[in-house]
Amino acid sequence: MPRWGMVIDLDKCFACQSCTAACRMENNTPIAGKNQADMGRAILWNEVLPFVEGEYPNVQTTILPRPCMHCEEPACIKVCPVKATYKNEEGIVLVDYDRCIGCRMCTVACPYAVRYFNWYEPEWPDDLKEHLNPEPEVQPRPKGVVEKCTFCVQRLRKARETAEAEGRTFQTTDYIPACVQTCTGRARYFGDLDDPNSLVAKLAHSPRAYRVFEELGTHPKVYYLKQG
Amino acid sequence: MEPKNQHIKAILAPVRKVSTGDYLLWGALLALLLTGLGMWVWQYLEGLGITGMNRPVYWGVYITNFVFFIGLAHSGTFISAILRIAGQSWRAPLTRAAEAITLFSLPFGAGSIIIDMGRPERLFNLLFFGRYQSPILWDVTAVSLYLLSSVVFFYLSLIPDIAMCRDRLTDAPRWQRRMYEILALGWNHSPEQYHRLEKVLDGMAVFMTMLVVTVHTVVSWLFGMTVQPGWHTALIGPFFLLGAILSGTAAVVIVLALLRKTYKLEKVLHIGLFNSLRKLLITFVLGWLYMMIAEHLTIGYSNMTEEMVVLNDKFSGTYATVFWSMAAFVFGIPLLIFIFKGKNNIGWMVFASVLINIGMWMERYIVIIPTEVSPRMLHVMGQGSYFPALPEIMITIACFAGMALLYAVFTRFFPIVPIWETADELPGHAHPAEPVPATTGD
Repeated sequence: MPRWGMVIDLDKCFACQSCTAACRMENNTPIAGKNQADMGRAILWNEVLPFVEGEYPNVQTTILPRPCMHCEEPACIKVCPVKATYKNEEGIVLVDYDRCIGCRMCTVACPYAVRYFNWYEPEWPDDLKEHLNPEPEVQPRPKGVVEKCTFCVQRLRKARETAEAEGRTFQTTDYIPACVQTCTGRARYFGDLDDPNSLVAKLAHSPRAYRVFEELGTHPKVYYLKQG
Repeated sequence: MEPKNQHIKAILAPVRKVSTGDYLLWGALLALLLTGLGMWVWQYLEGLGITGMNRPVYWGVYITNFVFFIGLAHSGTFISAILRIAGQSWRAPLTRAAEAITLFSLPFGAGSIIIDMGRPERLFNLLFFGRYQSPILWDVTAVSLYLLSSVVFFYLSLIPDIAMCRDRLTDAPRWQRRMYEILALGWNHSPEQYHRLEKVLDGMAVFMTMLVVTVHTVVSWLFGMTVQPGWHTALIGPFFLLGAILSGTAAVVIVLALLRKTYKLEKVLHIGLFNSLRKLLITFVLGWLYMMIAEHLTIGYSNMTEEMVVLNDKFSGTYATVFWSMAAFVFGIPLLIFIFKGKNNIGWMVFASVLINIGMWMERYIVIIPTEVSPRMLHVMGQGSYFPALPEIMITIACFAGMALLYAVFTRFFPIVPIWETADELPGHAHPAEPVPATTGD
């Protein structure tokens, strides 16, 4: 079984937000609207977070694109009282939207703030509504449940189906999430961390590689390459 | 043979009639309760978006209420279980009044969790798919067990008094007499029955004491088990527990003063009880201060980045006003009142107790919200903010109204002072079951 992981090179990221947009289209996250977004209720499975240090004129800005970290030891899973959030056999952390009771303990427990709550029934402008992704995994979530980045599991399933239809074995390079595919600066890498020859495994061992909040013992599977 | 109690007339007097004033009060409380219920229906139909909650403040007033009401509930168990084991016989007249607080605040504590859920109709997923690793399930287990055992404990000690109502209130409406008859379970005041009852209550008191410690510790672990700054401390359990017993005991003072005044129970609920409670409250307030200092000094001294963001926010930032008024309400003002004004003065005692309970609600709020406002990802996410919206305020008021309603109705149908426990002589006992204390409570 592959152990999916991601590496993001902060030297290459220039905060164009195309990963956020691609994620939105791929995963049918609802449009919150300006008022709700100002209240902090926008749902963005992938966010590009600016980290500004210092004061003008000595300002240093770091940009942190943040998908779900798909931790090896996730803080969210053990606090879920109904096993609605779980890790599948390939290490991807998922949410069962039909089971979630909306207690929001996982959103409170996750140190990376990757989990989002549906405050209302999801809505889209009519023009967008016609172009929702039809895949079953990303059907609009009902109000009152939690959702988050899935590393685009629907793409993984489709990649496997395609490989089978073409009569070849599935390669770990057959599948990448939408944010990785779209990244303008080619800053994102995706693949099997257990395969020592894969690019992600090599980059994850680079001296520039680090993980966010390493000290919390969550063992994220998203690595960053230091800006530098 | 009935237990002999010189105050039996005074104790049963409130049960004999429901006045117009009662109906007005009940009506007003019911209206508030129904308004809250309406708000909840609206919230259910629209979604939790109508509250002030957002990201990163995923938990707000509802969870504050949950912690507060469960804390309030610790009054009864403390008075009737812990003090029972400790052999504090002065507590006898106020056991039921205190236990009734437990019984009637627990449903609103447990209910607050359901109100807070995004999909309350999936509540039973907890039974079908429960994960015992989750603090939420610990809470559900502990609180429901607590509710169940409180009902049993309360009912058991009520049986002899129901039997007395059955025998004495023969002019009550038919349904009411029938209710007493069923609930009394054929109690006939035989010495053997009293021996068994005492034995069961003693045994249950041990169990209840363990449960009361567990319940509020588990409530605090809802926060303590996460790695969030401000929550992740081993002290949070004992701190929550002590706060719960403090607010519960203060609530007993308020309720006792109200009962004494409205139902003319001055002789039974004598001033000595207030003086005894005063000493307990001084102890708890000082204990609370000790924990407060222990907790904040440890955090402040170690100076860890994420922790300090939350601590500074409480001490001198957005939440400074709430934090320092909370400290004044729970500790500063009440302690001065208890020491210098409280003795033999019910008015001051009630004032201080009301302050303590307002302060304790604020304390729950100040533990929960500032941590969420400044999460670990703060440096990239920016500061959050939270202010409760109308539905949250109305539902909170409804919870308090609902609790008061249950209490008010109960006191009109059942004696709020345990007749048999305060009796001068119990069948089969050579001595009084619970010696009546001297009026100073010393």
